[in-house]
Amino acid sequence: MSDDIYREIILDHYRNPRNKGKLPGADISTHDSNPLCGDEIDIHMKIQEGKIMDVKFEGRGCAISQASASMLTEMVINKPLTSVKDIDKTDILENIGLTNLGPARVKCALLALKVMKLGMVNYLASNDPVSAKILEDDTRSL
Amino acid sequence: MSRQQNQNLNVALIREDFPILKRVLRGNRRLVYLDNAATTQKPLSVIDAISNYYKNYNSNIHRGVHQLAEEATIEYESTREKVRKFINARSRDEIVFTRNTTEAINLIAYSWGSRNIGRNDCILITEFEHHSNIVPWQMLAQEKNCKLEYVGMDEGGHFNLAEYQEMINRNKVKLVSVSQMSNVLGTIVPMNRIIKLAHEKGIPVLVDAAQSVPHMAVDVQEMDCEFLAFSAHKMLGPTGVGVLYVKREILMAMRPFLGGGDMIKEVDKYETSYNELPYKFEAGTPNIADVVGFGASIDYLNRIGMPAVRTHEINLVRYAMERMMNIGGITIYGPLQPTARGGVIAFNLGDIHPHDLATIMDDRGIAIRSGHHCAQVLMRRLQVSATSRVSFYIYNNKEEIDLFVQALKDARRLFKI
Repeated sequence: MSDDIYREIILDHYRNPRNKGKLPGADISTHDSNPLCGDEIDIHMKIQEGKIMDVKFEGRGCAISQASASMLTEMVINKPLTSVKDIDKTDILENIGLTNLGPARVKCALLALKVMKLGMVNYLASNDPVSAKILEDDTRSL
Repeated sequence: MSRQQNQNLNVALIREDFPILKRVLRGNRRLVYLDNAATTQKPLSVIDAISNYYKNYNSNIHRGVHQLAEEATIEYESTREKVRKFINARSRDEIVFTRNTTEAINLIAYSWGSRNIGRNDCILITEFEHHSNIVPWQMLAQEKNCKLEYVGMDEGGHFNLAEYQEMINRNKVKLVSVSQMSNVLGTIVPMNRIIKLAHEKGIPVLVDAAQSVPHMAVDVQEMDCEFLAFSAHKMLGPTGVGVLYVKREILMAMRPFLGGGDMIKEVDKYETSYNELPYKFEAGTPNIADVVGFGASIDYLNRIGMPAVRTHEINLVRYAMERMMNIGGITIYGPLQPTARGGVIAFNLGDIHPHDLATIMDDRGIAIRSGHHCAQVLMRRLQVSATSRVSFYIYNNKEEIDLFVQALKDARRLFKI
């Protein structure tokens, strides 16, 4: 029942998104959209010695896509950039408390993670193109 | 089943003809189908006509001399005659079967547009066109280096006639291509006036009738349009069949769109003479079964009568809009008078994203559309990224609208608006 989907926590992050906005001087800035829904997410990150010092997102779309972006920023701030690669679909769905979303809406929930992983891949590619390529394939399949 | 052609539909009786309306969805919910502008459901007579073709006279058409080929050809061609009558074309030669409205418009862009529109000419469309009446013209404009201009709408969501007049006077317009009824706003445009003004300048007009022919009486001779396109699946018929109407003298001068079987008279090693109209534009084995099914859908609509269909939809739109307006935070797009629009209502509710709203509706068995409705140019004009949309047809009733309105109230409560 979708009434369970729109629980307090999702609505809270939708209405009061954390870490939303621009990030001047960001080291990583990536954009992607979901053509089906028109959801759009930009992720900006500042990296220092491999650590995510600051992260912001911009975007528009449904409550699920925007709330998962907001929650994802909270998950990764002050963590090593490489920790992003270990976050998977289950982590996101459990974190936002929606483990039985239909296939069309799962894409909404995972958009922010996809954007963040692509950003990380592009950033790492300059140092380590081989593992970046593997990560990229992994991300595209999200 | 006998139905009088009066203005009141016997919706309860009509519903009996649609097997899918008995479907129970997950959560033990009864289907409330309010996505008719996307595609309509099919009555049993249409489903039976298709299966009867495959069971009893499946065969290729036009060339075979055996009995099955004869029967299939007669049925296929009888749909062409039904279409001719339905839109009141002069001749069956003017009716070309395509895959859908999109293919029909592309056919005109390639076969007619590429020969009649050149550098610095202008193609005129509107801001509320479906992508199928935008993208083919963009592609042609890029190829020919010609202009593509958009007529706007006024604040009430009506076609801006003054701006249109000004634009056809200012530009070297070679084609006007306009949707008779917007698939988002529901706006019905003053097509007779648009065509008359274009003809005064010698400009031909294409009518995108995908949303109009299924919902109101359309008469191509009265409108006097040069081209008209629509799809069977939006009027009780199967997917995969579209209609392109073209005035005979224009169609005769047009070169074929696709080459191949059935569109030829004689094929030599290096040259071919083309078949007569309309076969010149129907290369290859067509979608015989679905054209046959389409014939049954036209029969069904004829039994009801298009004026009754239109009246029913106006009543539903009035009923729905009155109730929707009472819900706090709702925005309805397009004309406010039910008679100025088709059976389509696009709206937004507070800050609820249309996809979230559609999910809430879906859990109540209510199928609505959410998104940009293949009209991103219009979405930008309305300054929204998406809208929700309900659209009605002959089998919808007021009880279904009540369920929809109740679901809107539930959504408001969930989102604390």
